Amino acid sequence: MRRATLILVPYLWLLALFLVPFLIVLKISLSDTELAIPPYTPTLDFSTGWQGIKEFLSALDFENFTWLASDDLYWKAYLSSLQIAVIATFLTLLVGYPIAYGMANAPEHWRPTLMMLVILPFWTSFLIRVYSWMGILSSEGYLNQLLLGMGLISEPLTILNTNTAVYIGIVYTYLPFMILPIYSALERLDGSLLEAAEDLGCSRLSAFWLVTIPLSKNGIIAGCFLVFIPTIGEFVIPSLLGGSQTLMIGKVLWEEFFNNRDWPVASAVAVILLLILIIPIILFQRNEQKAREADQ
Amino acid sequence: MRRLTWFNTTSLTLGFAFLYLPMVILVVYSFNESKLVTVWAGFSTKWYGELFRNEAFLDAAWVTVKVAVASSTLATILGTMAAYVLVRAGRFKGRTLFSGMIYAPLVMPEVITGLSLLLLFIGIGLDRGVFTIVLAHTTFSMCYVSVVVSSRLVSFDRSLEEAALDLGCSPMSAFRLVTLPIIAPAVISGWLLAFTLSLDDLVIASFTSGPSATTLPIKIFSAVRLGVSPEINALSTIMISIVAVGVITASLITKRAALRQQAEERAAVKA
Repeated sequence: MRRATLILVPYLWLLALFLVPFLIVLKISLSDTELAIPPYTPTLDFSTGWQGIKEFLSALDFENFTWLASDDLYWKAYLSSLQIAVIATFLTLLVGYPIAYGMANAPEHWRPTLMMLVILPFWTSFLIRVYSWMGILSSEGYLNQLLLGMGLISEPLTILNTNTAVYIGIVYTYLPFMILPIYSALERLDGSLLEAAEDLGCSRLSAFWLVTIPLSKNGIIAGCFLVFIPTIGEFVIPSLLGGSQTLMIGKVLWEEFFNNRDWPVASAVAVILLLILIIPIILFQRNEQKAREADQ
Repeated sequence: MRRLTWFNTTSLTLGFAFLYLPMVILVVYSFNESKLVTVWAGFSTKWYGELFRNEAFLDAAWVTVKVAVASSTLATILGTMAAYVLVRAGRFKGRTLFSGMIYAPLVMPEVITGLSLLLLFIGIGLDRGVFTIVLAHTTFSMCYVSVVVSSRLVSFDRSLEEAALDLGCSPMSAFRLVTLPIIAPAVISGWLLAFTLSLDDLVIASFTSGPSATTLPIKIFSAVRLGVSPEINALSTIMISIVAVGVITASLITKRAALRQQAEERAAVKA
């Protein structure tokens, strides 16, 4: 196969099915809609040459974005997505760090098995893993039955269809993303550094704070981004576990599109979501780059 | 310092209980006699029977498997080509854009990918169905394949390929006889990854499928929105067991292959 063909086939595929579609979204977000169905004005007319392109560009406007800014719903949805993502990432770190720590300190011959046990849920259906919590958290669910049976509560707790259920769902499904990078940072940690710290008079706890945590910093940062970035646009978890008061932008976009059929507004929502995500994505790449340089 | 203190043991036990208990409960209750999912009324496999009589689920399962096989195969071919281009093709015009397009879909929220592909398909007047889902799934999973394959390509010794070329191989046969066997494990795991991504995808499939083709996740999603049902528990159990058996077999095979390779290398060194 010639080099040019080798490059062109995947290149053209990605241009046609990744870049062009995204440009279409961008264009539609700036277009006016006639009855919320295609065609969208303006349309690009190449036959008139430059004149046509100029007319096309001048007819684009930010009307859909102004509309988004004027409606409370969207602002609240973006803010509450961010808030949910921040809290959920922190909770995932709290749950994931001890597990990664335990794995890194387990006997050597156990580690491949432990590693596989963490990866296995990746391969199981995301939808099913979220679904499994519906039976546990509902008011007549297993958790409430257990707590009632133990006499800890006298009335079933309402957990399903609240933000608490959303947090549980996110921590559960994204936990492996947090554990793996922290584990790989902790596994490389040189045990003699801890011994040195203890020899120099550190207690085990302060050695942990002063040595272990800083040395696993890159793993913590990577894990937090890997949870935070996909959580912002999450759709399945808020729609299955969340309630009517759970506002997340992925769900809003879905409803805007499938229920209201307002495509220009849905496109504008998507463009802003992407703009919000660019910052954490760039920060994440910088962190990875730094970690790679430190390795060399 | 490597030792299992009580703290480590506790956190591992609790952690793995948290990861696996929900799925175990799901599997156990799929064998429940009662229609009420949360009340145990004795062992029964009747929900599996119900499931296999449910035409809608069987049709959706068939569509899902077709889509997954087609898209993961296409994605593996395209993704391996893309990985080869990234690692071996050197400089060419638009290289930055190319590598950007490989990594961007990995972080793009699914709702945006789904929406943009749908708008493209409508724009060019393509009827939505199995074909459009395959196109969509191929596009995002080829990026995962190329990440997996390129990490393998980076780490292997390029001089092996050059030796084959020096000995008179054409570039194509050097790839087939030398490179491909060495990167084969990565290509296979790339295919498996693409396959499970496709089986699992709800959001992108919802945007790109038409009324003529519904995949299993879409069917499951609309069913579970109404609440927990024993039939879905049975279906989930089947899916969980397929994955468990598949992943465990695959890891045993790669472990054996690694052992054999070690033994061969040792024999070669002795000889």
